[in-house]
Amino acid sequence: MSGDIFAQVNLSRVYRRRKWVNNFILGLTGLTVILAIIPLIWIIVYVIIKGWRVINLDFFIHLPTAMGVPGGGVTNAIQGSIVMVIVASIIAIPIALLIAFYLLYYPQTKLGLSIKFSTDLLSGVPSIVIGIFGYALFVVPVKHYSAWAGGLVLAMIMLPVVVRSSEEMLKLVPKELREGSLALGAPEWKTSFSVILVAALEGVITGIMLGLARAIGETAPLLFTALGNEHYDVFSYIKQGIETNQSFWDILHKILSEPTDALPLTLWKYAQQPYPERVEQSWGVALVLMLLVLLLNIGSRSWLAWRRRQTHG
Amino acid sequence: MNNQRSLFPQRSNLRRQWSRYTNHGDRFWRGALFVSSLLILVLVLMIGWEVWVNSAPSRHAFGWEFISPWAQAVWNPALDRFNAWPSIYGSLITSFIALLLAVPFSVAVAIFLAELAPPTLRTPLNYMVEMLAAVPSVVYGLWGIYVFLPEIVHPIGVAVQDTLGIIPGFSIFFGGPIPASGISKLAAALILTIMVTPTIAAVTRDVFLAIPRSQREASLALGATHWETIWKVLIPMGLSGILGAVILGFGRAIGETMAVTMVIGNTSGGDYSILKPGYTMASIIANEFAEAVSELHSSALIEIALVLFVVTIILNAISRWLVMSVHRKTMGR
Repeated sequence: MSGDIFAQVNLSRVYRRRKWVNNFILGLTGLTVILAIIPLIWIIVYVIIKGWRVINLDFFIHLPTAMGVPGGGVTNAIQGSIVMVIVASIIAIPIALLIAFYLLYYPQTKLGLSIKFSTDLLSGVPSIVIGIFGYALFVVPVKHYSAWAGGLVLAMIMLPVVVRSSEEMLKLVPKELREGSLALGAPEWKTSFSVILVAALEGVITGIMLGLARAIGETAPLLFTALGNEHYDVFSYIKQGIETNQSFWDILHKILSEPTDALPLTLWKYAQQPYPERVEQSWGVALVLMLLVLLLNIGSRSWLAWRRRQTHG
Repeated sequence: MNNQRSLFPQRSNLRRQWSRYTNHGDRFWRGALFVSSLLILVLVLMIGWEVWVNSAPSRHAFGWEFISPWAQAVWNPALDRFNAWPSIYGSLITSFIALLLAVPFSVAVAIFLAELAPPTLRTPLNYMVEMLAAVPSVVYGLWGIYVFLPEIVHPIGVAVQDTLGIIPGFSIFFGGPIPASGISKLAAALILTIMVTPTIAAVTRDVFLAIPRSQREASLALGATHWETIWKVLIPMGLSGILGAVILGFGRAIGETMAVTMVIGNTSGGDYSILKPGYTMASIIANEFAEAVSELHSSALIEIALVLFVVTIILNAISRWLVMSVHRKTMGR
């Protein structure tokens, strides 16, 4: 009998120790989450405090002043970012949707699997390598940097992001919807566009937003394709074009074939310049960039979650 | 005559058949699907082809010496002599330290997100992890230069040089002094730690979530504590997936460009100490390619891009395969 009592005492000690280890380590994981979030909060708060000071209307609508002269804005970067992201979206979104449809219809075929695989590979290729590729492909043949080249490399950055998220979203559409449409005699393309795509539209838009957020924050691929241009101003190109009676296409060509600035590119250059005004402005650029990216990310995700809850109760 | 009359309906039949294929547009639709899907395949192959072709002068001039650790560590555009080892070493050491710190950390975060977090906390925490991954890398770089380096990295660097740096054998790797600005390989490694944590944590979290509930219940029913269930059931089951996540993080770390370029100092001295400035493969390209002085110089940089491309392709392929194997294993049951 006494042996049993000893066993019980030992056991209760073992139990207590196991429980203690359990609580200790699980508590530790909670601590790591807090630790992981500290840099995020730190960055956001710091950038807002530092960036807020330099942001005013001039910051958005004026070109940069000469180095060392205070004042001026970064409208060249804002316009350049918008132009290049539009180019990238026009190229990447339709192609990405077609690829997503291909992966939806032929998921287990040899080509389907290899396309899925190469999408994953493309999303893992370092952006600087894509930049070199864009330089060799789009800049060397025409011998000058341009918004075209920048937009095209950004399209390559966007493509895998949009493909993967839209494929996930298209997959969620019930098969019966597609079969019903085909049974009514609708051709496959019409079924795809007006049934499947419409049913998955919210998710697909979310995927596109994530792609935009990714493209707008990328610097490395633009270093050797868009290069940067402190005088880039779409409005002055349009005004000049109208004054000299150029056609719409000539003006568009002018806008797209100049070296172009972008927000992250400007941030990178300003942060390393010895002029304090520029460093101050780089915090403003960081604020604009970060707000854009985080709003696109969080906004689209929570919008999707909200819509899901609404439609599914 | 008879023959001709029978031929005519045949032709119209053919036409009808043909229009059955084309009029509703599915031929065109499938063609478009096929072509755009091939495009992505071609794109990946073309990236490899372009960097291969454009690095030819450097490959012919230096051969394997280019990436050899035992060759003379010289990067001299004026003499047209290039050896990439210092930048390869910079990439390896910074990514390695980053993983060493980030892996236990992100697995713990993933455990909390997948196993412990109450539903009300789960969504905002998931958003925060996504945000951490979404912050553009130039913003990390800017914050790194002006806040993180002087306030965190420099004290850590001083502590490292005063402890590890004075041990005779270790001083090659931990020898100081760290520059007052904090710019060093250690700074790059610590920034990378912050940047790859969300990547590894998110994939690991998904691996845990893919493991069926019944596995947890069985373990808990046998009397295991929650932690013992995680440590002895979930982690072994998801091990290949976690390994995949780690390799994916390695791929991210080795290809990360802007933040690293901003904090690593960009010198090709070939110093092994992590407290000294250096180069990574990505940062040497970002820093020098636009101002490459000779054809050989730019082709040497493109050869570094080739190395980077090959390495990340291999890493990504392995990691996808590992993560997929967990999903297949758990789906099969």
